Amino acid sequence: MAGRTIAEKILARASGQPSVEPGDFVEAEVDLVMVNDITGPLTVKALKTLSKPRIRNPERLVIVLDHQTPADRVQSAENHRLLRSFASEFGVKALYDVGEGVCHQVLPEEGYVKPGMLIVGADSHTCTYGAFGAFAVGVGSTDAAAALALGKLWLKVPESMLVRVTGKLGRLVTSKDLILYVLGRVGVEGANYMSVEFKGEAIEALSVDGRMTITNMAVEMGAKTGIMEPDDKTLQYLAEAGVKGDFTLVKSDPEAQYAETLEFDAGELEPLVAAPPSPANVKPAGELSSVEIDQALLGSCTNARLEDLRLAAGILKGRRVKKGVRMIVIPASRRIYLKALEEGLIQVFVEAGAVVAPPGCGPCLGGHMGVLAEGERCISTTNRNFTGRMGSPKAEIYLASPATVAASALTGRITDPREVA
Amino acid sequence: MIFEGKALKCGDNVDTDAIIPGRYLVSTRPEELAAHALEGLDPELPAKLRDFEILVAGRNFGCGSSREHAVLALKHAGVKCVVAESFARIFFRNSVNLGLPALECGGISSRTMEGDRLRINLREGLVENLSQGFTLKAKPLPGFLLKILELGGLLAYVEERLGGEG
Repeated sequence: MAGRTIAEKILARASGQPSVEPGDFVEAEVDLVMVNDITGPLTVKALKTLSKPRIRNPERLVIVLDHQTPADRVQSAENHRLLRSFASEFGVKALYDVGEGVCHQVLPEEGYVKPGMLIVGADSHTCTYGAFGAFAVGVGSTDAAAALALGKLWLKVPESMLVRVTGKLGRLVTSKDLILYVLGRVGVEGANYMSVEFKGEAIEALSVDGRMTITNMAVEMGAKTGIMEPDDKTLQYLAEAGVKGDFTLVKSDPEAQYAETLEFDAGELEPLVAAPPSPANVKPAGELSSVEIDQALLGSCTNARLEDLRLAAGILKGRRVKKGVRMIVIPASRRIYLKALEEGLIQVFVEAGAVVAPPGCGPCLGGHMGVLAEGERCISTTNRNFTGRMGSPKAEIYLASPATVAASALTGRITDPREVA
Repeated sequence: MIFEGKALKCGDNVDTDAIIPGRYLVSTRPEELAAHALEGLDPELPAKLRDFEILVAGRNFGCGSSREHAVLALKHAGVKCVVAESFARIFFRNSVNLGLPALECGGISSRTMEGDRLRINLREGLVENLSQGFTLKAKPLPGFLLKILELGGLLAYVEERLGGEG
């Protein structure tokens, strides 16, 4: 029998078959479903159109209010109210309310994500959970409703792409730079429908926080998911999150088949920036040093974990954000916010002149709390720089690592962090 | 399932923020969303779209966010079918799930002019350009997706399945 990838093994297990091939359509049992306050209301609406609305496994649903939190207008408040009453009506215990954090941070932190799981989330960055060796795919609200009603969902078994990263990242070069580099090489649809598996010593050397930044952005190259083999660091994270031992560590066979392979040395990377309007429009930060910025955003499911806050605070400590630049810091979760407080990071940010906003998605998708005016430019640790994403269609978003965002906030222009730290 | 209508064209990599900007997502009302369909590409498009029934797009249509609001907006603005060189996967699922046919058809974008009249035969996978007199073969949809579309969307399919379980 041919070797299998992690993705193929998880989908075979979930669909009750000895093995599956790329291109097969399967109906797979879903281990975990996630909806948030933007996608959830449509899921509720969809479920309620069924003649007998029901959730097959209420304990497998997690609802997170994170996009428009605290409610920025009446309609958002109504959406939150709808989800709260839905949860109590259908016996869903796992509802994380305003201020708990971004869904893709909350689910792993609270111990819902386990290696080997099949997870569907009504949010495109659900692929983040692949950092734990789960097969996690973003779907729409109606897919989530179907998965809740039936306990199952149809999926196409993806081909796999292997990204093997050797070597060691240099000083102030981060996992964000690594994934931006991959995006620049692969392009915005170069991994369309694929499962992208990240491997190699540079990936092993990363913390789980750093790995999540990479799998988070797999969707930006069109991938169905990003995935990594779980290791001791994964197990330690899971233990700290209170996960008990009822999971399987799934790894790819040595002779697994990959449709494409990309290999590079992490030691050759430098701080990178994705210029608008595409996450694949990647350039060295040093080449953009004439680009002046109005806003610097440190937040989102991509890069607002403790490690990211520590890195940015290390650069900002004892310094002031350039006059005329607004810096916004949004810890990815309440737990991270608390740790950042204990470590004095929040004090560093506030002293530097930054605004610290409550855990959630913030302005990443243009909802609220830091949207941009016409002609403004923002350097951001988020994952998308599409036209109009963060407010005015005539504003510009540049994507970068927490180090590059902090350095740029200090100088008021896009800055390679190695120039200031 | 045969659809006929006038084609509106858009380019490559049209993301879901362009189809329906994030600031409108707090609404779940199709008619409200439809009033902003494609607004992110051009503020004139929501009004213009009303005169067209078929959307012809380039590569990677619907990339980005999983927001189903994008499909709702297009569908309720009167789009009957989307034909593209290729689709981003979540948009494709959402489109089929909400009963808006999405067909991948190589060459459609370069050979179709805005305003051309198209006739689409979903079951046969044929895209006929009536204005220019050519026919292209689209990538056929698997049988169960055709079934979901014929039922009007995934929920009708779920209903059928649940009914079957008694």
